[in-house]
Amino acid sequence: MAEMNMLQAINSALRIAMEKDPTMLVFGEDVGHFGGVFRATSGLQDTFGRGRCFNTPLTEQGIAGFANGLASNGTTAVAEIQFADYIFPAFDQIVNESAKFRYRSGNEFNVGGLVYRTPYGGGIAGGHYHSQSPEAYFTQTPGLKVVVPRNAHQAKGLLLASIRDKNPVVFFEPKRLYRASVGEVPEGDYELPLGKAEVVKEGKDVTLLAWGAQMEIVEKAAEMAEKEGISCEIIDLRTLSPWDVDTVAASVKKTGRLLINHEAPLTGGFAGEIAATIQEECFLYLESPIARVCGLDTPYPLIHEKEYMPDALKTFEAIKASVNF
Amino acid sequence: MSNASTNQETVHKVSFLDRESLHIPILKILQADGTPYEEAVLPQIDEALAKRIYDACVFTRVLDERMLGAQRQGRISFYMTCTGEEAAILGSAAALDDKDVILAQYREHAALRYRGFTTEQFMNQMFSNEKDLGKGRQMPIHYGTAALHYQTISSPLGTQIPQATGVGYSLKMKGERNVAICYFGEGAASEGDFHAGMNMAAVLKSPVIFFCRNNGYAISTPTEEQFAGNGIASRGVGYGMHTIRVDGNDMLAVLAATQQARAYALEHNAPVLIEAMTYRLGAHSTSDDPSGYRSKEEEAKWREHDPVKRFKLWMINKGWLAEADDEAMYERYREEVLAAVKVAEKIPAPRIDEIIEDVYDEPTPLLKKQLESLKAHVKKYPQAYPKTAGRL
Repeated sequence: MAEMNMLQAINSALRIAMEKDPTMLVFGEDVGHFGGVFRATSGLQDTFGRGRCFNTPLTEQGIAGFANGLASNGTTAVAEIQFADYIFPAFDQIVNESAKFRYRSGNEFNVGGLVYRTPYGGGIAGGHYHSQSPEAYFTQTPGLKVVVPRNAHQAKGLLLASIRDKNPVVFFEPKRLYRASVGEVPEGDYELPLGKAEVVKEGKDVTLLAWGAQMEIVEKAAEMAEKEGISCEIIDLRTLSPWDVDTVAASVKKTGRLLINHEAPLTGGFAGEIAATIQEECFLYLESPIARVCGLDTPYPLIHEKEYMPDALKTFEAIKASVNF
Repeated sequence: MSNASTNQETVHKVSFLDRESLHIPILKILQADGTPYEEAVLPQIDEALAKRIYDACVFTRVLDERMLGAQRQGRISFYMTCTGEEAAILGSAAALDDKDVILAQYREHAALRYRGFTTEQFMNQMFSNEKDLGKGRQMPIHYGTAALHYQTISSPLGTQIPQATGVGYSLKMKGERNVAICYFGEGAASEGDFHAGMNMAAVLKSPVIFFCRNNGYAISTPTEEQFAGNGIASRGVGYGMHTIRVDGNDMLAVLAATQQARAYALEHNAPVLIEAMTYRLGAHSTSDDPSGYRSKEEEAKWREHDPVKRFKLWMINKGWLAEADDEAMYERYREEVLAAVKVAEKIPAPRIDEIIEDVYDEPTPLLKKQLESLKAHVKKYPQAYPKTAGRL
């Protein structure tokens, strides 16, 4: 085991995957010699050469289209989109092409072995073009897997699993935690399962569900609630599509209450999908309405970032309201 | 700092460049009567290759005529013809190795036939029956087959262009001696994907042939309303790419250009742009009526440049084809296509279980649940779902 931050863990995953899969390519804006603006791809070009780790022109739709072509011809492709806010020029290539390659061709062709890595989320004083959480646009698209790690250990294990998955994956990296999240990470190769949520902490009064950078927010809120005698079960969803209904439903059947926290705006956010499914699965077990603590329905603000955020205090208030309903 | 595109020459008076500054000649080899121009350098072609090309020409003509009829009779929902562009498609396809990857737009079924797609396979796709390789997921004409290295057609325009850059790069990295070829119309060249794909191919050195069918119209929009520059070829030069403009109705000119483009792409690991000047003789699709935007006179004028006829005359001049054999070939294909229609339309639709297959490599638990619920519903109301109810 070694101490790593999330960027080092991601770098380690990419390095291991490239060593084991000689077809694998890593590319995107500035990812070559410079190692990416966040330095996730540092040193890869030195090791694997300019043919396998390289800069592309500034064109997200081109990067995604190119990645589709590579993967459709059997080359493993890991494309970096510099910020998730800039994934929209690539939207058509991802939702109409990557997602449907296998389906529309009747499995004559597929783009398994394609991962779009992209830093998402706020908390870095980045304003709306460097802080968005666009995961829900992709969870609406059958054919894509959507994965969000919460710490360095997960980032490595989930990224290795994503690269080796037989389906295209959009891998959202919480950039607020890139350097802030440091922990023990195995130096060798390991994978964490996609499509499987993790029960981070057991509890009996309320289930708190989040993913990515919001996990530390709900953990903090849970600590506050525990001091008032409320026992919280905490679940990290890890994969948003396809998501682990069974683990969440089992927990809610036990606690009778569910609170979902995400940074993206409330309306049309993935919490709505979870809430609808869980009320269907657990209707007779629910002791209170399913709570959603989410971003406001505004673009992500700059100066009012703190107010916008579904932070620990807002979450704590919602936990109390749910328990005292 | 290096900047390869910087012109080193300096001037001291204001002087603009315009589209006429770039002289782009058009390659022509065959004259209208089927004889080559005196100074023309012919492509590599022998009798067997010429016959393989011509066979695909005749099949495509027959298929287009018959399937247009089938659509009018309501037997299939949609169709697009290749009519008028056979030389552009087949001249280029015939220059390739059969393992070169084709990424087509939607009008290039002649190339697919050339590769060996059977009449039955065409029909199964168009009738969305259970033998369709695409499992009835896409509208008619969205063919694709891994066995013939022909990627499945996708409807959104221009998406195959950056994909072709990726396929070419993949072939290069695997050390395979093959190229990708990417077909698109001059209308699709307005999409962002075109710029992205061309630029990336030139910069990243991807062996891919970009083949623009400049056929005069993007549905109803004529080229004058589509671009203001010197065609599409001028852009290839702008991206730093080997570029040529050919007479797209001249089979031998297209073949010659593509043979050399392929050799260049392989030797230099670099893309090439070919702009084929042609004319879409038919409607854009069966949902389109060209009489609303262009004259019969214009169409008639282009019929005189019929690419199939020109190639046929050349074949007859060479002694490789006789008029009587030609007529027999048309007749044989008419019968074959008609018979295949009758067979394909009786083959049942794919089973309902296939609706959740291939979304992912394995159906997710949620998808399985949705299928079970759907099947229970179909069982309850079988008369409302006649295609699948009898086959649950």
